[in-house]
Amino acid sequence: MAAFILRRLAQSILVMLVVSLVAFYMFQFLGDPINQMVGIDTPLAEREALRERLGLNDPMIIRFGKFVLNAAQLDFGLSYQHKQPVVDLLMERMPATIELSFVSAIIAFFLALPAGVYTGLYRNRWSSKALLTLSLVGISIPTFLIGILFIYLFAVILGWLPSFGRGEVITLPGGWTTGLLTVSGLKAIILPATTLGLFTLTLIMRLIRAEMLEVLRTDYIKFARARGLTNRAVNFGHALKNTLVPVITVTGLLLGNLIAFAIITESVFQWPGMGRLFLQAIQEVDLPVMSAYLVMISFLFVVINLIVDILYYVVDPRLRVEKSGGGH
Amino acid sequence: MRKAFTALAVAAAVAASGGMAEAKTFKWGFQTDTSSLDPHAHNVTFTLGFLGNVYEGLVRRDADLQFEPGLAVKWENLEPTRWRFYLRQGVKFHNGNDFNADDVIFSFERTNNEDANLRGRVVGITEVVKVDDHTVDFITEKPNPIIYYEWDTWFMMDKEWSESNGATTPTNLSKGVESFAAHNANGTGAFMIKERQTDVKTVLVPNPNWWDKPQHNLTEVIMTPIGQDATRVAALLSGEVDMVYPVPVQDIDRVNKNDGTSVMVGPELRTIFLYMDLFRDELLYSNVKGKNPFKDLKVRQAMYHAIDIEAIKKKIMRGLADPSAIMISPKLFDRSENFTRLPYDRDKAKALLAEAGYPDGFETRMDCPNDRYVNDEQICQAIVSMLAKVGIKSTLVAEPKAKYFARIAPKGGSDYAFGLLGWTPGSFDSHNVLISLLNTPDQKAGRGLYNYSGYSNARVDELTDLIGSETDKEKRDAMIEEAFKITTDEVATIPLHQQALAWGKRDNIELKQRADNQFRFYYVNVK
Repeated sequence: MAAFILRRLAQSILVMLVVSLVAFYMFQFLGDPINQMVGIDTPLAEREALRERLGLNDPMIIRFGKFVLNAAQLDFGLSYQHKQPVVDLLMERMPATIELSFVSAIIAFFLALPAGVYTGLYRNRWSSKALLTLSLVGISIPTFLIGILFIYLFAVILGWLPSFGRGEVITLPGGWTTGLLTVSGLKAIILPATTLGLFTLTLIMRLIRAEMLEVLRTDYIKFARARGLTNRAVNFGHALKNTLVPVITVTGLLLGNLIAFAIITESVFQWPGMGRLFLQAIQEVDLPVMSAYLVMISFLFVVINLIVDILYYVVDPRLRVEKSGGGH
Repeated sequence: MRKAFTALAVAAAVAASGGMAEAKTFKWGFQTDTSSLDPHAHNVTFTLGFLGNVYEGLVRRDADLQFEPGLAVKWENLEPTRWRFYLRQGVKFHNGNDFNADDVIFSFERTNNEDANLRGRVVGITEVVKVDDHTVDFITEKPNPIIYYEWDTWFMMDKEWSESNGATTPTNLSKGVESFAAHNANGTGAFMIKERQTDVKTVLVPNPNWWDKPQHNLTEVIMTPIGQDATRVAALLSGEVDMVYPVPVQDIDRVNKNDGTSVMVGPELRTIFLYMDLFRDELLYSNVKGKNPFKDLKVRQAMYHAIDIEAIKKKIMRGLADPSAIMISPKLFDRSENFTRLPYDRDKAKALLAEAGYPDGFETRMDCPNDRYVNDEQICQAIVSMLAKVGIKSTLVAEPKAKYFARIAPKGGSDYAFGLLGWTPGSFDSHNVLISLLNTPDQKAGRGLYNYSGYSNARVDELTDLIGSETDKEKRDAMIEEAFKITTDEVATIPLHQQALAWGKRDNIELKQRADNQFRFYYVNVK
């Protein structure tokens, strides 16, 4: 097990290297960072001097090498726009993004679970069909639009929830800021978390439904029913449990997605997270922020994949047997 | 702790002086956050406008952009190359330190630094001399009659505070040294920073010891950046904020129709215009080989006649634009009424093209930013189709500003045939327009840096120098008029319009809108 984890972590370094290399290659098509940093009437000589000082005249491969060397020491430099250490910027915004992603994952998972089971068990009821149709809406309307619709409905027309921001936050020891402990913070997270989670919810719900349909046809379910077990025990103890392996995989990957692609939701709701920082960085060609963000996200994906793999061992006893038994 | 204490002291002071005045909190949102709190590091209009509430310059501009005394009570040009500024006495920084001549000299040195984006504010000054504690002389290399024209946004910092906190230079990007002043502020202005969470909110309270008489009734100001247009408008409509800007043109109606909110509209100073390649012998991206049609005045006039500026104003800008005949806002040049646009006349345009030898027109390409000016891409689309109707068939390349500006710059290869640009003279003066946009390009001399047309006229260059050192307003205006007359007759560029400002607010808010889009809280009253 330990060897497995170590191997995976070593792989993650390779993934991060490749991601940052691709990123560096793409940066040259983004435009000129100097233009975004100085006033329009800055003379050419001063621009050139700045370019030289920032090392932007070096060939790409040298800049990449420098980046990797510094990144290995967790130094991602200063943001061109904010003129603050990139690590500080990301750390400052990380709690907002993580909280948003987790809350939306929880909303998505715990709504999808009963809905998926229900539509799987009673697939001919009109209520199941209504749920499925409704879930199509969640998957086909872009997040951006859903966010704006929510804002107009719940903030402007009904006036129940705030239209932007994170509400009051409390700083916990260790510097983590949380909005989950204040009333305004909880109110503020409802709309963005729902918006962000809607796609995931639909996906998980449909996945559980499909898996349920599959499993319910199998012999051991028929046998369980024949033994006279209660519906509850059959549906949840036997059927649902066996649907969970693919569901966990997908949920895990989707959590990564929620964190990495909270960008749109964050920008619609003015959520002070990393996604907005990244979006601004793209607009202003803030190379240090972009590269650090991409490296961090790729690391995150590797870690989430690793956790998902470990969870397999927990959920599926067959994997444990194979590993220790050394084959049949 | 200290900040909390100051805040308490302020609250107490306000409560005592106002005879138990009600708390008036004013919340507002802009599309970005202020880049930093450092007044010398970022040459960004919004950042400087925001910091203008906290810091002050030697001079100040009032709501109509006219100069008024700021931290200097008066100033005079003793010799052509020596300006004397008499400083206001008894002014204190927010931390209680006195403002004096040493702070001016310190601020000059801090700005004259390669990490200060505002270095241009003090360029050409060779020395700053302390005459006494409240008098300073600025010695310039060459005579400069408009030395202080951009000093309303050149802010004074406290020498002692900066030295004791390690803020004597702005943040150094290459060495990675951060300046204390990027996150902390100590100015002389009407408001003090009480709390700042980057990109989330900034809270300000009035400065009880401000030298000037406050015209506002605020006890607290909360600024929140709201990036998305739709969200920003929604925040205003739902009453979560009292004021937002900018309001996108397509949302103005909705804000006005909503109960309790309205949009304040006014002209902005930026002039939107077209530049055309006048320097290449063969036009890029064209089917005309071996020559450059734009070099022919008739072709440029034809383009001008082909543009239906009223349609652009009505259909694309929804009335929020002032068509312009010259390259500077009429607010900034008294004689602008003497200029008129070439009329929209499609037949005339076709006739001119035929005379120039292009009876069937020609093909070329138009370059355009799509996230820089109000409805920039839509304006370009309209122009492309208007030109097509007289025979000039162009493909449109619209890109984000970061890409666009890099590509059209001389360093990017001046990769264009013609395109769209906007310009606000930083000094609010025609000299800036002439030297930046209409002088013969010369990077070393700092001339024609944004003259992307590549236009060159010896008389215009000569006039620009004369205007640069002429102190008599009548003579100066006459020369500016002459220069603009030449460039307009020769169609060096095609001016389109000045776009408009749109600030949305709740009806109980009174404020003054400045045409430079800077927002001063000391004009705000909550009723």
